Amino acid sequence: MFLKQLSVFIENREGRLERVSEALSNENINIIFLSLADTNEYGLLRMIVSNPEKAKEVLRNAGFSAILTDVVAVNLPHEVGKLKNMLGAISNNGINVEYMYSILSGMKSGALAIKTSDNEKTYKLLKENGFELLKSEQVYNEDN
Amino acid sequence: MIWAKEETMSRKEIEKIQLTRLKETVNKVYNKVPLYRNKMDSAGVKPEDIKSLDDLKRLPFTTKQDMRDTYPFDMFTVPKGELARIHASSGTTGKPTVVGYTKKDLEMWAECVARLAVMGGAVKDDICQICFGYGMFTGALGLHYGLERIGAAIVPSSTGNTKKQIMFMQDFGTTLLVATPSYALRIAEVAVEMGINPKSLNLKVGLFGSELMTEAMRQEMHKMWGEQMLVTQNYGMSELIGPGVSGECEYLCGMHVNEDHFIPEVINPETGENVMPGEKGELVVTCITKEALPLIRYRTRDITRLMYEPCKCGRTTCRMENLSGRTDDMLKIRGVNVFPSQIEEVLLSMEDIGPHYEIIVNRENHSDILTIRVEISPDKMDDSYKRIEKLEKEVKSRLRTVLGLDAVIKLESPNTLQRFEGKAKRVTDLRKQL
Repeated sequence: MFLKQLSVFIENREGRLERVSEALSNENINIIFLSLADTNEYGLLRMIVSNPEKAKEVLRNAGFSAILTDVVAVNLPHEVGKLKNMLGAISNNGINVEYMYSILSGMKSGALAIKTSDNEKTYKLLKENGFELLKSEQVYNEDN
Repeated sequence: MIWAKEETMSRKEIEKIQLTRLKETVNKVYNKVPLYRNKMDSAGVKPEDIKSLDDLKRLPFTTKQDMRDTYPFDMFTVPKGELARIHASSGTTGKPTVVGYTKKDLEMWAECVARLAVMGGAVKDDICQICFGYGMFTGALGLHYGLERIGAAIVPSSTGNTKKQIMFMQDFGTTLLVATPSYALRIAEVAVEMGINPKSLNLKVGLFGSELMTEAMRQEMHKMWGEQMLVTQNYGMSELIGPGVSGECEYLCGMHVNEDHFIPEVINPETGENVMPGEKGELVVTCITKEALPLIRYRTRDITRLMYEPCKCGRTTCRMENLSGRTDDMLKIRGVNVFPSQIEEVLLSMEDIGPHYEIIVNRENHSDILTIRVEISPDKMDDSYKRIEKLEKEVKSRLRTVLGLDAVIKLESPNTLQRFEGKAKRVTDLRKQL
């Protein structure tokens, strides 16, 4: 029910991001989406990749600190107020959004990856409220 | 097991031997080395003034500078023809320090190291892998001949080619490892990278030396190599003999000094006065059995204190506490005295960061800035800025408690910081380059 997101700690220094993408491409792993925020000294690179387990091992062997985190993926039609409704369904139940980012964008809809203080409950609430949740195989193929 | 009967003599017997040997040594250096004669003459002390061990205090100190001034052989008390070996220190600043040994000195050296090795758990059946750099450095050959003396088998693998070191360990069934503490950790780390659990190598004994090992580092050693390993450190320096001055026994309560060969004292490094018994200060050592280069009251710059209570292991020799640092390693940051070992203790006590670190001191706007680079553990990373910031703050606050100073913490990816095969160089003081 969740997507496996690969999170990597990288120092805010030239070439570090390139090293990550190099390590993954050498092992034929595709980066499907990524999100990167920074502080002065370092950043957390969050990615949805074609083979998360393998990608984690590849990066650890290349000397990076990498872990897998579950995120909820939800598809929202491009309609005014949909995001508000979705967030309301979560926050009205005392759940805090830690971060989210856009992972797919089409003409009619766009998808978001969300990490909340309670992913299980978030998934259940969104499902009950009729939101379209994405399965991992709709985003990446584990066999690749 | 205790190797030599000299390790269990009564205080009275030890002192008797020390006094006889001290008198002989002082006589010899006064008559053979102009530097000593001049120093003693200016201090107004003659060899015949040394009537008790207490009179040792009257003798002038010897320093590293004296050895540089007499480079290479002018402090030797024997003609060149009697030398059997010459070693030298790395000499990172200026000329190296040269030390010479007669055949008898080499014998004595091997005997002293044999005692420390046995104290640290070495036995005749051990396969000893010596991962100290062979060459002019005294560490490797010191341990080599000492371990050979107890009948153990030596693998002189030196430093470098760490993967091959691990292959030897596996294939030869190495039971005893000699290395600097930092290289021992590096070897374990490379083993893990190769997919080998260092614990599965089942090393029984680790004899570490040539750089200070803190208690936190000892714990780290157990974490990597396993609880079965008896982790001890031993002490020496090339000027005095090399390794062989003192070492830890299985009770890990200080390093037993080979007192029938070396007389230790502790002084206040600023005044040069001997401190009260049991107090901390700079270690000063007098060599009383060396033929080629007997140093009188050599200032080691190492900070420790001496303990004379008998040890549970049965040895009666005095023990020196694990070093607190070196007088010349001490950093003065915003007026506060900081020893790198204090920083290390804090960093190694934290689970989420790795054992490697780098200390950088710089000056910005007339104020000293202490920066510490440390690696985040490969599996302890968190997918949240909040938690990473918390870790950073935690390191900072623990350091503030211990040092009374604020430091800038820079978290790095695993395997980013430099690794060392010999003595680790973890401190960079950029203020010196300004």
